Amino acid sequence: MHTIASLGPVRVYNREWTYFRLVWRTAVFGSVIQPLMYLMGIGLGIGELVDGGPAGPDALGGVSYFAFYATALIATTPMFVLGQESLWPTMDGFTWSRAHQAMIATPLSSRDVALGKGLYFGLRGLVAGAGVVLVLACFAETRSWGLIAAIPVGVLTGLSYAMAFAAWVATRDTDNSFSALLRIGIIPMFLFGGAFYPVDQLPPVLEAIARVTPIWHGIELCRGLVLGGLDPATGLLHLLVLLAFVTAGSIAASITFDRRLRP
Amino acid sequence: MLESGYVACRGLCDTPVMDVRPVIMARSLVKRFGDFTAVNGIDVEIVPGEAFGFLGPNGAGKTSTMRMIGCVSPVTDGDLRIFDLDPSTDGREIRGRMGVVPQLDQLDTELTVAENLLIYGRYFDISRRDCRAKADELIEFVQLAEKRDSKVDSLSGGQKRRVSIARSLINDPELLLLDEPTTGLDPQARHVLWDRLYQLKERGATQVITTHFMDEAEQLCDRLVVMDGGEIVAEGSPQGLITEHIRREVLEVRFGYGRNEQQLPALDGVGSRIEVLPDRLLIYDDDGDAALSELHRREIVPESALVRRSSLEDVFLKLTGRTLIE
Amino acid sequence: MNTHAVSLPLRIVPTAMLSIRRPQRMIERSAYVYRRGWLILLSGFFEPLLYLLSIRVGLSALVGDIEMGGRTFSYDEFVAPGLMAAAAMNGAVFECTANVFYKIKHSKLYEAVLATPMSAGDVALGEIGGAVVRSGLYAIAFAITMWALGLVASPWMVLAIPAAMLIGFTFASLGMALTTFMRSWEDFEYVPAITLPLFLFSTTFYPLSQYGEWAWMVGLSPLYHGVELVRAADLGVWDGSIIGHIAVLVGLSVVGLAVASRRIERLLLT
Repeated sequence: MHTIASLGPVRVYNREWTYFRLVWRTAVFGSVIQPLMYLMGIGLGIGELVDGGPAGPDALGGVSYFAFYATALIATTPMFVLGQESLWPTMDGFTWSRAHQAMIATPLSSRDVALGKGLYFGLRGLVAGAGVVLVLACFAETRSWGLIAAIPVGVLTGLSYAMAFAAWVATRDTDNSFSALLRIGIIPMFLFGGAFYPVDQLPPVLEAIARVTPIWHGIELCRGLVLGGLDPATGLLHLLVLLAFVTAGSIAASITFDRRLRP
Repeated sequence: MLESGYVACRGLCDTPVMDVRPVIMARSLVKRFGDFTAVNGIDVEIVPGEAFGFLGPNGAGKTSTMRMIGCVSPVTDGDLRIFDLDPSTDGREIRGRMGVVPQLDQLDTELTVAENLLIYGRYFDISRRDCRAKADELIEFVQLAEKRDSKVDSLSGGQKRRVSIARSLINDPELLLLDEPTTGLDPQARHVLWDRLYQLKERGATQVITTHFMDEAEQLCDRLVVMDGGEIVAEGSPQGLITEHIRREVLEVRFGYGRNEQQLPALDGVGSRIEVLPDRLLIYDDDGDAALSELHRREIVPESALVRRSSLEDVFLKLTGRTLIE
Repeated sequence: MNTHAVSLPLRIVPTAMLSIRRPQRMIERSAYVYRRGWLILLSGFFEPLLYLLSIRVGLSALVGDIEMGGRTFSYDEFVAPGLMAAAAMNGAVFECTANVFYKIKHSKLYEAVLATPMSAGDVALGEIGGAVVRSGLYAIAFAITMWALGLVASPWMVLAIPAAMLIGFTFASLGMALTTFMRSWEDFEYVPAITLPLFLFSTTFYPLSQYGEWAWMVGLSPLYHGVELVRAADLGVWDGSIIGHIAVLVGLSVVGLAVASRRIERLLLT
């Protein structure tokens, strides 16, 4: 009895993996090509402007803009990928294909379904993070062993959003609001969460808000791991905050999945 | 002219009235899709005011014919004239004078019932004011006033069909093309639709209907052709086809699955013709009850027996050896 | 009246395009649809606005001034017209790819329209026209925002609105033409693979001079020609090259429209 329960999430994850193989093309685009484009377009291009700007090379504490922006992508890419992945495909499991209902007709529990989803998101985030890291390893400025350690941080950042989104999707009957959720819940994170410039550039109120978002903690930790200059206590704090978001999201998802799937 | 055509035809004539210019005239009409021939040289002439039917099973070429008449499918070979115009050059004008109810509803799912009619009317260049008035009148006509401002998505199948019919009438068409108007509807919804179509016929609009329901063809059509494999296999009025090809009544008897054929020798001489189906025998006779008495006299006891009026289904069976709905 | 007798020049222009009479009816239809969906309409404007605000509050100070045509502009002044052009592209692409595919394959809207006196050309130009109107609305809203933020450097800015509409026309036509070749929803995954590099590498974020030896490749991006137009109007810095940019966009629009109308005819009038 106990073994079945603990293997449950793995069984759910198996199904998701089959689905994932079908969309590997999207995955390569989202995890490798797209970050590479951002890196060339924003990192190099705007980098040249910033590094030669009024504050000079010291604008970002001695770090080049390219390195500053590139390291943020390790956190933002899994956020983008998992943000989408946790909306429509999760909805599909509840309404269109009803795969989730089919799963709980077996010995799997609704909690298994929720955590299995999480396991799949984690894997998907791992692929996304690894793709970005692979790209960053090609550039001398960002080549560091810290890249490896940054991958799980990116995954946790993505999961902070994905688990909360999945929990929320379980309460919805239609996908009407999903595009709006991405626009309101993800795009501003990307634009104001410290990826493009340090959040202390923001007006105080916005800065305060940015500092409590998972993306800011994720970006700061990734940056610190890859570029150095992060004291262990702050690093640990970032990690704990991310873990707290993921845990809260997972608990919420277990509850809403259970409500949705309970006969 | 419309009126005379209508009057001339209501007597279920077997041949079109020749003194009226036909609304549709097809000569050796052919439609091919690559190697596949969907319509293989048909001749049809439809006069004003007539309700004309294309009866046949799925794949007989009915819809291909309708699409050519609707000027949304180029003619592969042969001649086709509608309102004495050529669809290949005057398609726009022809389409402007007819209404189309396609086989599957193509309603604008993003709009309400009233908006569907209004916008559709605008495609015909009808002024917005006229469209509004006409839309209200038509919504009333198809009895959907309470659904006027509902999105069409929320309607039942029968209601959607009625919206399709109302929409096809927005331009006061001289010719109405109805492709399987009641397929997929429940009996009640079918009767509501038949009633509306009959009213339209009374008003003098020419109707072309495709169907694979013989009862529908009998209800709605003055004259029809039976199509099979892209060709016309028979032509006439519903009653004319029945009297020409089979008898007035049918006695259906069942001896149990697969045992029907064994009974044939014993039934020799009963009825004018016997059709063997896997599940039953059809005995055609002018008097079905007399045929049944004859069975009793010969002490043949089937599992069940039923006397009914013969239908176009039986005509089709006789002509093609197959049933309409497989 | 034999169709084969049509002279050669007329054959190059598809008959579907010659049969355009009342495309405005499709725009009228879109107006009815968006009367209820105005929130969706509004949300498309949201994203470029956020980009602008983010750059204004955070990045401008780091980048400093940009020099163009002998005058200096703040970085947000420089980026704003680029974002306006990109917004016009994105709105048009969205309207004329996934939406059009849905109408061809699933809702059968165009089949119903083609059963009326409307032609394939009417449908194509009408839908593209709807996207152009939408681009125009976004452009107006964006221009007002720019003005409110003090980012309008020249009264010529009013010309940026027709410029944005031309960008909308180009991308709606090309998007629609492309959509008629798509077989399933999965094919739409390639759309961002095209629009993202256009967005990033069309002098949206920094001047052409910065591309160095890659500058010629930027010229291949239709969005670049659009960005140049909008920026010229907004900053009031322009020269004869404007004509070339307009010609490229108009040319691509016509090709896109021709392919789209012809393909719609092929797909639906069989």
